[in-house]
Order: sequence, then structure tokens, then C-alpha cells
Amino acid sequence: MNRKALGISIVSLCGAFLMAAPLGLKPYGIFILSMWAVMTIAAIGLNLTLGYAGQISLAQAAFVGIGAYVTAWLTTKGAWPFWPTYFLGFASCFAVGWLLGYPALRVQHHYLAFVTLAFNTLVFLVFRNEEWLTNGISGISNVPRPSLFGYSLNGGRAFYYFCLAHLAFVSVATWWLIRSPWGRAFVAVRENPMRALSLGVDTRRYTLMAFALGAGLGGVSGTLYAPLTQFVDPTPFALGLSLNLLLMVVLGGSGYFFGPFLGAMVAVLLPEWLRFTQGYYLMGYAVLVMVMMAFWPTGLLGLADRLFKK
Amino acid sequence: MNSVLQVKNLKKSFGGIVAVDGVSFDVAEKEILGIIGPNGSGKSTLFNCILGQLQPSAGDVRLDGRAVTGMRPCDLNRLGVSRTFQLLQIFPHLTVRANLILAGQEHQGSMLSRLVGRPDAGLSAAAERMLGFFRLEQLADEEAGGLSYGQQKLLDVAMAFMAGPRLALLDEPAGGVNPTMLANLRERLKTINAEQGATFVVIEHNMEFVMALCDRILVLAEGRVIAQGTPAEVRANPQVIEAYLGRG
Repeated sequence: MNRKALGISIVSLCGAFLMAAPLGLKPYGIFILSMWAVMTIAAIGLNLTLGYAGQISLAQAAFVGIGAYVTAWLTTKGAWPFWPTYFLGFASCFAVGWLLGYPALRVQHHYLAFVTLAFNTLVFLVFRNEEWLTNGISGISNVPRPSLFGYSLNGGRAFYYFCLAHLAFVSVATWWLIRSPWGRAFVAVRENPMRALSLGVDTRRYTLMAFALGAGLGGVSGTLYAPLTQFVDPTPFALGLSLNLLLMVVLGGSGYFFGPFLGAMVAVLLPEWLRFTQGYYLMGYAVLVMVMMAFWPTGLLGLADRLFKK
Repeated sequence: MNSVLQVKNLKKSFGGIVAVDGVSFDVAEKEILGIIGPNGSGKSTLFNCILGQLQPSAGDVRLDGRAVTGMRPCDLNRLGVSRTFQLLQIFPHLTVRANLILAGQEHQGSMLSRLVGRPDAGLSAAAERMLGFFRLEQLADEEAGGLSYGQQKLLDVAMAFMAGPRLALLDEPAGGVNPTMLANLRERLKTINAEQGATFVVIEHNMEFVMALCDRILVLAEGRVIAQGTPAEVRANPQVIEAYLGRG
């Protein structure tokens, strides 16, 4: 119970900090913190697929992209309100993610990594080359920010709280999911699919579901990304972001609930904090990541887990 | 008596190697059938073909008279057939309790109800009983991977009974278990057989264990059934002594 009490206090403290943070930050700082919230949602999705169900995916950026384009396109050219695009972004990524799960029923590990990598490249090429649909490299600008009950979320601070609320909702839903029989079945698929199958666990269906839900959360992240940056072009959704999201999951602690939060903090915030080193900040960041991965391969939470158990 | 399981002329070959060569047998309700035979005689392959882990090359498997040949293991399991494997198969990063709940949860409700319903799928009490039955209650909240081999083996067997199966196929349940725990395991299996009316098919190399546990024994050699009968009959069969038991 001690551990539970400690966990609750840490989470409450972090929550309070996140609520108060914008008061002491300049607009750029608030933007970066919003980006952290948005990327954490995508990383939580990947953590479901990879960390819990054990299916590697290098396509998470593609789903963030699909979600972003759905919202950007429909709220500008289609003049739709935000909310329908939000659900459509989730649903379309869920459906495409389900389909992308089929290769995982045949191949695993690095073979699966290559299948998903190819998918990410394919989606990126559609974003870049199909101008009639995506406006190509010119992108879609002036993506409007939504309003909530008549209250405009145009301001950086208001939109930050909007992203934070989504992160809170996604966190609670995911927490529920991983404690439910589904979460147990996901871990069973990861740890011993043969035994799981012999215990009545429909491993096919759970594998596809893990892909679909992970992709769906990528889509949710994208639908927030579009109004956050207010401009969507293909570049951010290339393979680099997929690798970055993978880094967030692994660095935070793959298969740990709070792993993506920490991992995204390192991947989104650390480079900004290192800016005082001027031109060296990305190099410093790279070295830090290499050191962390070499010494703590189970991620920051894996390390904490080991220290706590001693 | 009714046959729970009927296997007819089952064959499985891997390229030119015939692992199971036309095996037929019936298992009556509440029976404990032992399968013995030398290494490589096709016992585990036979199990895997019956249970859908492998597709048989030919032959027919029936459960309560219904054809189930080549059915997916998860569907067979939901029809009340459970199994253990030759090597330990547990979920090391789940707690002992979670391993047991997982082993029963897919028999509760629909997929959707398992998402929105109770986190324990209503199986906490059943898991508690199973923990007590296999004397694992002290270890309920430990990660299964941290248990000793013998304890993991008990958990492995316990998981096969979480869903209250009608038919359980156990592949070397006694392998690597110390003599004290072995007596405990045999007594547990006998109890489940008597109280729940579960039918068993048990592959085993430990002769003492198998002779004490089983009502009837089937002897395999080179993929074929070379003898069957009560433990006493099998022990006295010259062919079995030649192929497997050896002269004492």
C-alpha cells in the first residue's frame, strides 16, 4: 500500500505542476508543453501496441499524420466543426491500424518493424505527392482552433489546458483498459502467445485490437496537433517522428503506464532545456540518450522499479 | 460409458518423417488415461494435433461426438478442453493471481463485456480457491517469473483448471518436480478428477507417478500405439518392456 500512496502523491504533484505551469511560462514554453501533451498521447498509443501487446510498430507518425490531416482538411476546406473531425480522426486511424495489424499475425520483431516502416513511408508519400488531397508540400495553413461551449480556445494557454484535458482523459481510459481483462490479454499475447491461445485467448483478435487502439490514439494525437500548430505539412510525419515516438516509449519504460509521459518529456522538453549550450544542444541530447539507453535499457521506470525493489 | 474424446487414425508427418502414424483411441468420461513411450515416439506431436496447435496430416478428432479436427486452440479451449505443455508455459511478468485470472477470463462474457466489466472478470474468488487448492496463496501477488521451478509448475497446472475444463491434456506434469511436491500434485489431480468429474489425458515419463494416477495406459513407439491396458497389464507386456520400460 505504501507504494500505492507514493504513486498517488507523485501523480497529484505532477498534475498540480502541469496545471500551474503556464502561469510561469512564456508563449513558446506553453507551446512546447502543449506539444508534450499531444506527443504523450501518441506515445501512450504506441506503448499499448508495443509495451503491452509486444507488437513493434514504426508507423505511429503515420497515424498522427492521418489524424492531423483529417482535422486540418475538414476544419478548413470542409468548414466542419472540430469535434466530428476528432472522432473521425480516431475512427479512421483505428480502422487503418486494424488492417496494419494483419501482417503482425504473420511476422514478428524486426520483420514487423520493416512492414510498419514501409507503411509509414507510404503514408508520407501520399501526404507529399497527392496534392489534390493534401495540398502537397505547401501544406494546409490556418487550421482553426476549436471552441468549447462558446469559449474560444484560440489563446495558447486555453489550448494548452484543452490538450491537457485530453491527455487526462486518454490516461484514465488507458489505465482502465490495462487493468481490465484486455490489458491482461495484451500482456499474455506479448509474453506467451502459444499458452494464451490454449487458454482461450483469441490472440488474433487481441493483436489486431492492440494495433487498432494504438493507432487510434495516434489519430487523437494528430487531431490535436493540427489546431496546435495551425499548419499541417508532410515533413513532421516522416519516419523520424515514428522513431522519436519509439524512443519515447522505450526510454520512459516500455510496458510501464507512466513510461510515455516521462519518455515524451525527455524527447520533447530535454532538447529545449539544452538550448543554453547553443549549437551543441542536439549533440548533447543525442549523447544523453545514448548513455541512458546503454545503462538503463529497461527505461527510466524500469530503473526506478529495480531501485525500489532493492 | 460415453466417450469424451475420440481420436481416429491420426497422422502427422514432417516432410519424410512420420511423427504420428495412425493413432486411434477413445477416452471415456471421468477416465484418467496415461500416454507413455520413449522420447521421440510422437506423444507431444499427438497432443498438438489433437489440440489444434498443429494441423494433422490425416485423421479425425471428435469431442463428445463433434468433429473438432484442426480447430483453433482458443476455440477448443472454450469448448472445455484445456492443456499444459511439456515445458513450463506461464506469464512471468504477471502476478500469480493475474496468471490464474487470465486463464479463466476468456470464458466470461463477451469481448466487450470484458472491457467494460469488472477488472477481475468476476474471477477473484475462483482464483483464491485455486491458490488455496494448489497451496500457492502465499505467492498470490508475486510475479510468476520469480517463483521456484516447482511452484511455477504447480501454477502452470493450476491455470489449466481455472475454467473448469471437462477434458485436460497434461504434457509431463511431473517433469522436474521434487518428490514431495509430486505427491501433492498427484493428490490434487485425483481430487479434481473425483470432485469435478474432469477427464484427463496425461503424458508422463515418471512411471511411479503415471502408474499411481492413471486408470488406463496407452503406449506409443515410433508414432504407433503398441499396447494399451491397465497399469498392471502394461507393466507386464513384453513388447512394452522391450520398447520402453526395459528389464528391471
